[in-house]
Amino acid sequence: MEAFTKHTGRAVPLRRSNVDTDQIIPAHWLKKVTRDGFEDGLFEAWRKDPEFVLNKPEREGATVLVAGPDFGTGSSREHAVWALQNYGFKTVISARFADIFRGNSLKNGLLTVVLDQKVVDALWELVESDPQAEITVDLEAREVRAEGVTASFELDENSRWRLLNGLDDISITLQNESDIATYEAKRPSFKPQTIQV
Amino acid sequence: MGRTLAEKVWDDHVVRRAEGEPDLLFIDLHLLHEVTSPQAFDGLRNAGRQVRRLDLTIATEDHNTPTLDIDKPIADPVSRVQLETLRKNAAEFGVRLHSLGDVEQGVVHVVGPQLGLTQPGMTVVCGDSHTSTHGAFGGLAFGIGTSQVEHVLATQTLPMTRPKTMAITVDGELPDGVTAKDLILAIIAKIGTGGGQGYVLEYRGSAIEQLSMEARMTICNMSIEAGARAGMIAPDATTFAYLEGREHAPKGEDWDAAVAYWKTLRSDDDAVFDAEVFIKADELSPFVTWGTNPGQGAPLSANVPDPASYEDASERLAAEKALEYMGLEAGQALRDVKVDTVFVGSCTNGRIEDLRAVADIVKGRKVADGVRMLVVPGSARVGLEAAAEGLDQVFKDAGAEWRYAGCSMCLGMNPDQLAPGERSASTSNRNFEGRQGKGGRTHLVSPQVAAATAVLGHLASPADLSDSPADRTPAGV
Ligand code: SF4
Repeated sequence: MEAFTKHTGRAVPLRRSNVDTDQIIPAHWLKKVTRDGFEDGLFEAWRKDPEFVLNKPEREGATVLVAGPDFGTGSSREHAVWALQNYGFKTVISARFADIFRGNSLKNGLLTVVLDQKVVDALWELVESDPQAEITVDLEAREVRAEGVTASFELDENSRWRLLNGLDDISITLQNESDIATYEAKRPSFKPQTIQV
Repeated sequence: MGRTLAEKVWDDHVVRRAEGEPDLLFIDLHLLHEVTSPQAFDGLRNAGRQVRRLDLTIATEDHNTPTLDIDKPIADPVSRVQLETLRKNAAEFGVRLHSLGDVEQGVVHVVGPQLGLTQPGMTVVCGDSHTSTHGAFGGLAFGIGTSQVEHVLATQTLPMTRPKTMAITVDGELPDGVTAKDLILAIIAKIGTGGGQGYVLEYRGSAIEQLSMEARMTICNMSIEAGARAGMIAPDATTFAYLEGREHAPKGEDWDAAVAYWKTLRSDDDAVFDAEVFIKADELSPFVTWGTNPGQGAPLSANVPDPASYEDASERLAAEKALEYMGLEAGQALRDVKVDTVFVGSCTNGRIEDLRAVADIVKGRKVADGVRMLVVPGSARVGLEAAAEGLDQVFKDAGAEWRYAGCSMCLGMNPDQLAPGERSASTSNRNFEGRQGKGGRTHLVSPQVAAATAVLGHLASPADLSDSPADRTPAGV
C-alpha cells in the first residue's frame, strides 16, 4: 500500500451526516471481481442529481473529502474504501467515523482524520467560498492546515507507523520473512504438495 | 499439563510468537474457488506480489458452475465472469486449477480430501466457511475472508488468535437408520447456532470413532452452523485407511513417518477443554429442521414446535418468524410436511457414500408424483464413481435428475434454484431464508431421509417405506 506522510489537495465538502456504506457504494457493485473500477459507483444514487457536489466542475480533481459526522456506517464492505480511493480521494475528514469503516480505511491506506465538528464547519465554509482552497493533511505532524485553520488530530501509534511506512498486513508479515523461511525449511517431507515446483 | 488435539496442531504451525501479538501460523494447504479469490489476486497484482507457495495451493470451480449442458457457454454473465476471472488468475500466477469438465473439478471441500491433499495435522484454509469439513482428518481447517486469502497467497501464513477448545463427546451407538447428519443436526439444536462461537470443536467418543471418513466430514462440515470456525476429529485407523494410496498421500518411507506423526495427534488424557458437551448416541433418531436456521430442528417423529413454548423472547420471535416464512403450523406433524423438491448433494452430503445410501433406498422405487429430485455429485470424480457402480441408472429409473458436479442447489448461484414458496428436503447445510432460491423453503435432512421423502412426497425416513425391497419393481423394468 502507498505510504501516507503528507497530502495537500482541493476538497469536496459533503454536508451530510450518517453516510452509510450503501450510499458510498451500492450493493449491486459487490459482484465485481476487481478492486478497481469502483469510481463510477461512488455515491451512485446522489450523483444522478446534477446539483450534487461531486458533479460540480470546480470539484473535479479534488482529493480530500470533508464529510459530516458518522461517516461509513452500515455494512462492513471494504468496497466502500476502494470506491473512495478509486475516485481519487486520499483522505477523509469527519467528526466521527463508523469503527469498521475506519479499520478498513486505515488497512487500505486511506487516511481518516477525526476533527471537531467546529473545525469541519470551518473547512466547509472555506472550501465552499473558495473551491480552489487547498487543505493539507500532515500525518508526520498530526496536523490539518488550511487558510485560517490549524488543527491537530489523533491517530494511534501503530496505525500511524503503518501509514507512514506504507505497510499493509502482508508487508508487516513479510518483515518476518526469515521466520517463515526457517519454518519452511524444517517442514517434514511427507506433507503434501499440489504441484511439483 | 496435557494438550488438546487443536493445541497440538496449532503449536506445530507457529512461525512466530510475540508478546501482545497474534501468533503467525503456517498454512499447509490453501484451497481457492471463483467467488472469494478475485480481489485477492487483484491485490497481489496491485502490489506486484507473487503466490509464495504454488505447491500448497489449488483451485477449483464450484459455486457458479451449471450442472446441465456443461459444454455450453454459461448464460448468467456474472457467473461467467467469475469463472473466467479465476481461469485468468490461475494461468497468470501459475495456480493449479480444476475447471468445469475436468475429472477433479467439484465442490472444493470434496476435492481436497478425495485427492488425498487433506491429511491429519495440517492447517487448511479456504475463502469459504465450510472449510471446517477438512478437520475430519484431524487438522485445523477454517474459512477466511478475501483479504486473508490474499495474505495467505502472498505469505503462506496467517496471523491468528488461538481459539478456545470444546469437546463434544458422543458415546454409544447410533441406532439403525440414524446418520452423521442426524447427529450433527441434533448437536446444533442442542448447543445453538452460536454455541460454538470462539471455539474449535473436537468430536470424540465411541460413536464418532465408529464413523466412516465421509460421515466424519459431514459432522465437521456443519461445525460452522454451530458458530465454530473449525471442528476436528482425531485421526485413527479409519483415517489412515482412507488416505492410503490416494494420489497425494505420502508413499513409502514418507508414509511410515507420516503415520508415526499422525498417531500422536490426539488430545492427551489430562488435556483440559474450555467447554464440554456430552451426547448419547443411542437416544438419537432421524432429525430434520423446521425453521430457517440449522439450529431449528427436531426429530422427524416430532411436531412443529409451538413458538409460545419458548421462554426466551428472542427465540420465540425467531420461531414465529421462521414458521411464517416456512408456511408451517405449530403442532403439525413433521411427517405430514409435503415437499416439491428433493436435493441430494453439497459438501455436506455429496460424497459417494451418500449417493450409495440414497440409491439403496430409491432402487426399484419411484419418486412421488409432482416431486422433483436432483442428485448432484459433490465432484466430477464422485459422479464417475457413482456411474461406474450403476447408481446414475438407479436414480434415473426412479425418476430423479442426475446432474454434473458442483454446489448447485445448496446455494443456487447457478440455475438450480427453488421457486418462491417451493419447499425442499435438502442434504445441504443451510436453511436460511432464500438460500436455495428467493422465497424457497428448506428442510435440512440426511441422505436417507431425503431418499424416503422423495419416494413418499412428504418428510419421511426409510422406516416409513412400507414395501420391502423384495416387493419393489426391479430396476430397469
Ligand atoms: S456445497 Fe454449499 S456449503 Fe459447500 S461450498 Fe458449495 S455452496 Fe458452500
